[in-house]
Amino acid sequence: MTTITETEVLATQPGAVMRRRTGWVGVALRKLIEAVITLLLVSVCVFFATQIMPGNAAAVLLGTHATPERVAALSQQLGLNDPLLVQYGRWLGGVLHGDFGTSLANGRPVSQLIATPFTNSLFLAAVAVILTLPLSLIAGVVAAQFKDTWIDKTFLGSSMLANALPDFIIGTLLVFFFGTTVFKIFPPVSIIPLGTHPWDFPAKLVLPVATLVIGGVMYLSRLIRVSVIDALSSEYAEMAHLKGISRSRLLFVHALPNALAPAIPAASLVAAFTIGGVVVVEYLFNYPGMGVLLLQSIGARDIPTIQAIVMIIAAIYFVFNFIADLIKVGRD
Amino acid sequence: MTALELPVPAAAAAPRRRRPGLRMLRSGQVRWGIALIVLMLALALIGRFTTPYDPTRTIAAPFARPGDGLLLGADYLGRDVLSRVMAGGINLAWMAPSAAIASLVLGAAVGIVSAYFGGATDAVLMRLMDVLLAFPALLFTLLFVSVIGPSPWLLVTLVTIGLMPGVARVIRGAALPLVQREFVRWSRAVGVPTGYILTREILPNLVSPLMVEFGMRLMWSVGTLASISFIGYGIQPPESDWGLMVSENRNGLAAQPWAVVAPVICIVLFTIGGNLIAEGAARVVARTEGVK
Repeated sequence: MTTITETEVLATQPGAVMRRRTGWVGVALRKLIEAVITLLLVSVCVFFATQIMPGNAAAVLLGTHATPERVAALSQQLGLNDPLLVQYGRWLGGVLHGDFGTSLANGRPVSQLIATPFTNSLFLAAVAVILTLPLSLIAGVVAAQFKDTWIDKTFLGSSMLANALPDFIIGTLLVFFFGTTVFKIFPPVSIIPLGTHPWDFPAKLVLPVATLVIGGVMYLSRLIRVSVIDALSSEYAEMAHLKGISRSRLLFVHALPNALAPAIPAASLVAAFTIGGVVVVEYLFNYPGMGVLLLQSIGARDIPTIQAIVMIIAAIYFVFNFIADLIKVGRD
Repeated sequence: MTALELPVPAAAAAPRRRRPGLRMLRSGQVRWGIALIVLMLALALIGRFTTPYDPTRTIAAPFARPGDGLLLGADYLGRDVLSRVMAGGINLAWMAPSAAIASLVLGAAVGIVSAYFGGATDAVLMRLMDVLLAFPALLFTLLFVSVIGPSPWLLVTLVTIGLMPGVARVIRGAALPLVQREFVRWSRAVGVPTGYILTREILPNLVSPLMVEFGMRLMWSVGTLASISFIGYGIQPPESDWGLMVSENRNGLAAQPWAVVAPVICIVLFTIGGNLIAEGAARVVARTEGVK
């Protein structure tokens, strides 16, 4: 039943290495099945949570002046009188085909409505993650190289501080220092005109991307710092040092590849955090992504759009968490 | 039930380290963290009743700069920023610790039960935790708040549910080796009541990881609650709240930065307090385990 006890038993048996190797595929397969079940439960959660919302979808769609007869007719047409389980099945079937239903706010298909915000959010998150990885690596290695000096101590202090701050505080401070008050270098809002793309306005992306990057770098670089220090103080590293291998060769050829192993699942977690943090950052900078659309849809009680966005963000978040988990299991 | 009368021999009692909670206090970081939290709680509690002006009344021009008896100037509606900062911490001050402690209690219960019973209980509980972990805490809270409407108790409940699975995972991991230890096996074999084993033998050995978790969950619950308030689904205007203040006054950041900077500093001190407790406690744990 539980993976932990089984691997523990295997580890204590002779010949455990062989059995574990064949067991890894099994564990991965079981994890995958668990992941599918979890995602299904997530979809149940999202669907039924939005059903608690007061107000009939047909009534929302027709506005306040609708006659009861018209509301009843539209309810029938939308299938709102069917049992909830049937409605859930229909919704899930649509989601699996990329059909998220019809928006109650403007009658357009939700998949069409969220296409541009989805691309915008994904672009923002992807740029942030792509920048986070090399920056974390540099910061972590530098801090490890200068361990116990003022450089390292400054790094530890500032990373502790940044780790404690919610995204919206980091963003507000960035706006304060670089957008409006102290220096006026970057635009403090990131409104992207309709019909244009965020990548046409690199300056508008600087502050929102920086907000997401700072949180990620401060988390990831700490882990890299610790594992570089561990790798450099291990026995094989000392041996290599005694053999006369140069310090930089030792670092880049021997220590770094080993030090990166624990950082890979953490990088996946950073990707998950980034997509999770996108709602607040978009709201702060008025960036036209899924987060802002979600908040608008909540205001308009547009249930199908809310369901779609929450489901998409949760699914992406879950997949990156799952990858991190799987890599960890594979390594153990 | 019959085992209730059974005298528990000294050898069966958990090898309790002497007051692990007190040992944590020797860490300077933990002490600073607790001091900061207590300071912020005191400011929020006392501040509410000692505001120089009515925090919801317009008494100056919008975004008036500091001066004319207003130490920190006025906000976007011309209300006293100092009064609003002093009055705006009370909700965070009771909601964040409540959510942190509740998530700690529930998470520890789920983690210990999961580790102790194993098998189907473990599988079902951990799958449930996985479902909750699949939502970013903020999104989860937002989903239900948007449906039910913002109310303080609902927010505390949602943040608790959002933070609990992480605690459950950590505590389950820490409890698994304990369940295999001699003293627990002995108690199990002899028939010591399960409740006694879980609360008196396993739980005391988990004080250190629980302390680390407490600091982290406090930091996150402050962050999540302030963020919810910032995007407008927490405390509703005209009431004052730090997260809300940041959102309300950010358009005037250039003209009157104090209306934003003052609540930001308050939130930052609060979260740093939680982080210091977590980091200090983690160091104490690492040190003692390194010695072992």
